[in-house]
Amino acid sequence: MSTLLLLIVILINFYVLGSARLVACIRAVALQGALLSLLPLVAHGPSGHALILGVGALLFKGIFIPWLLLRAIREVRIRREVEPYIGFVPTLFLGALVTAGAFVFADFLPLAAEHHAGLYVPAALSTMAGGFLLLMTRRKAITQVLGYLMLENGIFIFAILLSAAIPLMVEAGILLDLLVGVFVMGIVLNQISREFATLNTERLTALKE
Amino acid sequence: MIGRIVLQLLILLMFAPLPLGVINKTKALFAGRIGPPLLQPYYDLARLWRKGFVFSRTTTWVFLAGPVVGLVVPVLACLLLPFGGLPAPISFHGDLILFVYLFGLSRFFTAAAALDTGSSFEGMGAVREVTFSCLAEPIVLFCLLVLAHGADSLTLGGLLGPQLTSFWHSPHAASLGIVLVCLFVVLLVENSRIPFDDPNTHLELTMIHEVMVLDHSGPALGMILYGAAMKLVVLGALVVRLALPLQTGWLIGDLLVFLVGILLLAVVIGVVESTMARLRLPRVPQVLVGTSLLSVFALVLALR
Amino acid sequence: MLIVLILFPLLAAALSYALPWYQGRSWVLAVSGAVHLLLSLWLVIPSPVPLGPWLGLDALSRLVLVVTSLLYSGCALYAVGYLNLRRDRGNRVIIPCLLVFLAAMTLAISARHLGLLWMAVEATTIASAPLIYYNRNRLSIEATWKYLLLCSVGIGLAMLGMLFVAYAALVGGSTPVSLQFDTLLAGAAGLSRPWLHAGFVFLLVGFGTKMGLAPLHTWKPDAYGEAPGMVGALLAGGLTSVAFLAILRAVQLMNAAGDGAMARQALLGMGLLSLLLAAIFMVRQPDIKRLLAYSSVEHMGILAIGVGLGGVATFGAMLHLVNNALTKGCLFLSAGNIQRAYASKKLSEVHGAMATLPLSGSLFLGGFLAITGSPPFGPFMSEFTILRGAFGSGHTLIGLVMLLLLAMVFIGMGATALGATQGEAVKLDTKFKDNFLLVAAPLFFLLLVLLLGVYLPAPLQTALKDAAALLEVKP
Repeated sequence: MSTLLLLIVILINFYVLGSARLVACIRAVALQGALLSLLPLVAHGPSGHALILGVGALLFKGIFIPWLLLRAIREVRIRREVEPYIGFVPTLFLGALVTAGAFVFADFLPLAAEHHAGLYVPAALSTMAGGFLLLMTRRKAITQVLGYLMLENGIFIFAILLSAAIPLMVEAGILLDLLVGVFVMGIVLNQISREFATLNTERLTALKE
Repeated sequence: MIGRIVLQLLILLMFAPLPLGVINKTKALFAGRIGPPLLQPYYDLARLWRKGFVFSRTTTWVFLAGPVVGLVVPVLACLLLPFGGLPAPISFHGDLILFVYLFGLSRFFTAAAALDTGSSFEGMGAVREVTFSCLAEPIVLFCLLVLAHGADSLTLGGLLGPQLTSFWHSPHAASLGIVLVCLFVVLLVENSRIPFDDPNTHLELTMIHEVMVLDHSGPALGMILYGAAMKLVVLGALVVRLALPLQTGWLIGDLLVFLVGILLLAVVIGVVESTMARLRLPRVPQVLVGTSLLSVFALVLALR
Repeated sequence: MLIVLILFPLLAAALSYALPWYQGRSWVLAVSGAVHLLLSLWLVIPSPVPLGPWLGLDALSRLVLVVTSLLYSGCALYAVGYLNLRRDRGNRVIIPCLLVFLAAMTLAISARHLGLLWMAVEATTIASAPLIYYNRNRLSIEATWKYLLLCSVGIGLAMLGMLFVAYAALVGGSTPVSLQFDTLLAGAAGLSRPWLHAGFVFLLVGFGTKMGLAPLHTWKPDAYGEAPGMVGALLAGGLTSVAFLAILRAVQLMNAAGDGAMARQALLGMGLLSLLLAAIFMVRQPDIKRLLAYSSVEHMGILAIGVGLGGVATFGAMLHLVNNALTKGCLFLSAGNIQRAYASKKLSEVHGAMATLPLSGSLFLGGFLAITGSPPFGPFMSEFTILRGAFGSGHTLIGLVMLLLLAMVFIGMGATALGATQGEAVKLDTKFKDNFLLVAAPLFFLLLVLLLGVYLPAPLQTALKDAAALLEVKP
């Protein structure tokens, strides 16, 4: 079950890396978050901790944050990522490369015995790498936020392996931080588009030596 | 042996146009129409068969060879493939390569027939078709490699043998799932379905497969349509076998599982066609490359 | 008691948001700063209280708490005068954000659980983003965006590092796995080495981004340059100290696990790189606030080198943490005054500041002398101690390189700072005048730094020693 979920998560990485439509990308990342919110339950069985964490993650990653982002792009009226720094097909290639790398690398890691078989570690690594790719290759500020979210999703997968170590209060705080962070980023996005009439970050190059 | 071959051929030949009817019916239901009857493809074929041949003076024998090869290839290919629980009638080491390149042969002749007309539209369609197929081919090969790795066999019959059930329950089920998705994409591409191509389109600029057969008429067109229907069933058989590796042990049961599977697949295709928009032409190669990467990824997963 | 220290700024933030009176809001900030300082001193001066499972103050956090609180209260006082000059901007956003920022910093300082620490540091990022955007123009939005994205991603990596540490405990076989810092320290010997090392690297990269260690410092000049002076002071003096504290936690962990040498190597490398890059970019820097930002990168490098060297140098680094925070406070606040007066922070327009604005200009010059390590100011003492540690422990080469780079920084920074302060008086277009509120805090900081250079009070010395002792490898 967890394997299936993580597999879909990885496939969503590919989808986001290869897609130009921002709304679809946001929805895909939202779906990824929602799927991840099922993961604590799948991994640890239906305990109170897992349940609350799952519901929290679903609310924040699956609903609130995508809603914020969708609202943000509705206000600035942009639909597509055009002309990324690296084209979609090369990004996809890179994504496949790092994903394959993550799988190979995960085999070499000194993991605990019970984590060797599952997809948790490679999925976490490849999702983080996908997030980084998105951060680096795209021009639109909103896609960069999506990259950040993907990075956080990857970290979340890894955190599930360790949820015993992270008390609920801290998890809640982390999710809240993420939400408020994206909220602030949304505001900044709005200001960028008002100030520059575009969301392309290559316009943000006035400050340099 | 002979009995099996005859049985499999009979199933294919009799059954082939039905899934097309199911697809059209599903699409009609989604659009809120009643739609043509389920057996409409049979009526169409019968009608086309009654008409006469019309050949342009500029064409040569190649023009007729296209439809004929297109008709023969799926028939041959189906003999290499187990239909549901029925084992493949002919099976030898490495037959999966033959399977892949039989379709390559048919594509070559279809494209050649299209070029034979000398019309620029047909040429354009042939170019697109060949480009997309060449992108789809690695996907099939990678998928078959994954299966071969899982089954430790190089025959199609072995790949799709009874071990599939245990494959689905092993930790490598993930790669099998991806293979299934990839093969479904290939099925859509090879049979020129939405989102890659629209079988109903009539705008030459956007047509891919259909534009190649514009000049065919009467029985030749019938052969093409019949061949396409059989191709759908043959490739579909691959997908269905992967998705439903049930093995009842008696002939009628296996046959029923297979037939129901194909019809379900047709419904799924109908749903996909009704809910998705056709991709812009430049996006098609991107999606295909993405799918090939996915199949590579499946291989990585399987080798892990 | 500690919880009050964290919660009351939040309450004050709510209060100031609700208050319909401009000047009143400013004074809420100033009073909160003062109360925070008093409470912190009251918490810190008596004998140490035992550490709780979530919150607690050890010698390191006591030091950082007092420094941060001192800096904050000064900046809060300054803010009253500053915000009075900028009534058109409004203060309904900046003041609550400043107060939330204070709460988050306090939480980060007193956290005894790595998860809580992470959460608090991320909260400081979010709370400070609106502060950088205060000026609401194209440049400030660019700076805010870079700051927000880079620091968020950096902090994300720190989170990964934290998880790796937890995983090290899991693989090492400790049950139950906990990120509670004292539990981790106690079981450090059993941590799985590869995961601990990976965790340390990610923590260093993550919190190093926040602290502004090269090569992760790229957001710093932009953010410090575009933020108002007092925000720059808080970021350069307060937030960087907090991030440094977070890195020190990782160092403590590595020490306890017996891998302190690797941690020191990493810190030394990043420290020297920071020093080098800062020195290069400070030469011919035409913007006084970006100059200060690079100076901050430089001093973060010095802190890292100090801890990386160990021994006497660690003590020096602790002292330098105090000196750097206070001097940066003086510099940023006086630079803020100069920027207000000249309506520019570029060297092409700013000159003759000493003649035009005798107080702010002199404070800026004094701050410059202090931060570059001229005697008799405090940073001279602390940098000297670090250098002594370098030469004393046989790291002669590192000591020489550091001396060379410090000289280069002095020359590079001197050119800009002297250019801005010396020269004929200029007729100003703005109505800016030095007044008590705008000058008191930087003056106070400069006097403190001067005092620290001349005389180190015994309690402070003990506190610094205790803090440095936490970073020593225990046999």
